[in-house]
Amino acid sequence: MEKLVEILQEIRPEVDFAAANNFVENEMLSSLDVIALVSALEEEYKISIDGVDIVPENFNDLAAIKQLVVKSGAIL
Amino acid sequence: MKLKFLGKRISGILAILPERELHFDDEIGNFNFSSSNSLKLKKIMGYGRHRLADDDTCISDLCIFGLKYLFDAHLLDKAEIDALVVVTQTPDYLIPPTSNIIQGKLGLKHDLLCLDINQGCAGYLVGLIEAFLLLGNEAFNKIVLLNADVLSRKVSKQDRNSYPLIGDAASITIIERDSVERGIFANLQTDGSRGEALSIPAGGMRMPASDSTAVLELDGDNLRSKNHLKMDGGAVFNFMQTEVPPMIEDLLNYAKAGKDDVDYFLFHQPNKFMLQKLTNKIGVSPEKLPSNIVENFGNASSVTIPLNITFNLGQKLKDQSYAVCLAGFGSGLTWSSMFLRMGELDFCKIVEFVNKGD
Repeated sequence: MEKLVEILQEIRPEVDFAAANNFVENEMLSSLDVIALVSALEEEYKISIDGVDIVPENFNDLAAIKQLVVKSGAIL
Repeated sequence: MKLKFLGKRISGILAILPERELHFDDEIGNFNFSSSNSLKLKKIMGYGRHRLADDDTCISDLCIFGLKYLFDAHLLDKAEIDALVVVTQTPDYLIPPTSNIIQGKLGLKHDLLCLDINQGCAGYLVGLIEAFLLLGNEAFNKIVLLNADVLSRKVSKQDRNSYPLIGDAASITIIERDSVERGIFANLQTDGSRGEALSIPAGGMRMPASDSTAVLELDGDNLRSKNHLKMDGGAVFNFMQTEVPPMIEDLLNYAKAGKDDVDYFLFHQPNKFMLQKLTNKIGVSPEKLPSNIVENFGNASSVTIPLNITFNLGQKLKDQSYAVCLAGFGSGLTWSSMFLRMGELDFCKIVEFVNKGD
């Protein structure tokens, strides 16, 4: 999870993602932040995230993001 | 809705670009984001340069410039035009139709149909379908399809979601009968219940533009008013990823063709990221699905596909013919695609609009 938090804070340094949830609903991540996050996750974990999986519920908390990364082929 | 047309062809495509070119690097300071954040997105989204019309340039100016170019080059005879079909979201006026303005300013014959269609990024396909339908009546022999938008005028300069990607442009496509009965296959889908994903809230009869609708409001970190284009980026992205791949599969099945039978997939290009995801999902090589329009010219709504054709194929389409799959998707929501053989065109090029102020 530490690496995920680090990636998220690169995008939004002002948010404490380790202590927060509902990232998208609470507007901590905008739609463009989600795109930047997808790009960073793909680069870090050498995966390709399916476009249909890029929906708010997969980015709302650390557990959901981790699940998506694993689903996309990463070994965490 | 599936459609099949026989004995019709596109015989020429001209794209018209405004001269004024702006660069994302010069605009970064307009946005309420750090430079490093914006520069990261530049690479991912394809923010590069974009062509924007001057504030006094309307779509009729771009279209008339292009039509005069074709008349002067003897590539189009004005007496042969039976219909002007204008597809735009940014007409010169609410009344009269922009197609009538163009007919009048060019002194075209009175015995001619003028038709304005309000469509956005699917508008090239909607316009082509309309043109093919008109050619089903013997009164029509040559249709001039004009796709044009100056939508940058309705986008907030402080909206990083939309402004770096927006472009202004026009295109002229000539559609006529073909002696060869070759099939053109199309499909068209509509879902107005999701229309708010791409909208300009004020300026129509439901919410007339006023001082209060012109007030800039913060939406996340973007500033825009109700007079500006509002895009729900997440909803638009999801719409495209879920609807477009099955539409392409459905179209090719209808045409009894496989992906390998298509030489080029020439799609609308909202941004580089969306298009790369779409390319992966459809499972074609990036060489067959160009994605270089937004970074070079911006996204000019329904003009993006003809600009894609002229920029990436240009002269090749004068000399040879190719099996192409076109797809457009956007405001409405509307999404549409077409599979056809295109080539041996009389012209297929880009010209720059010079504002002579007349």
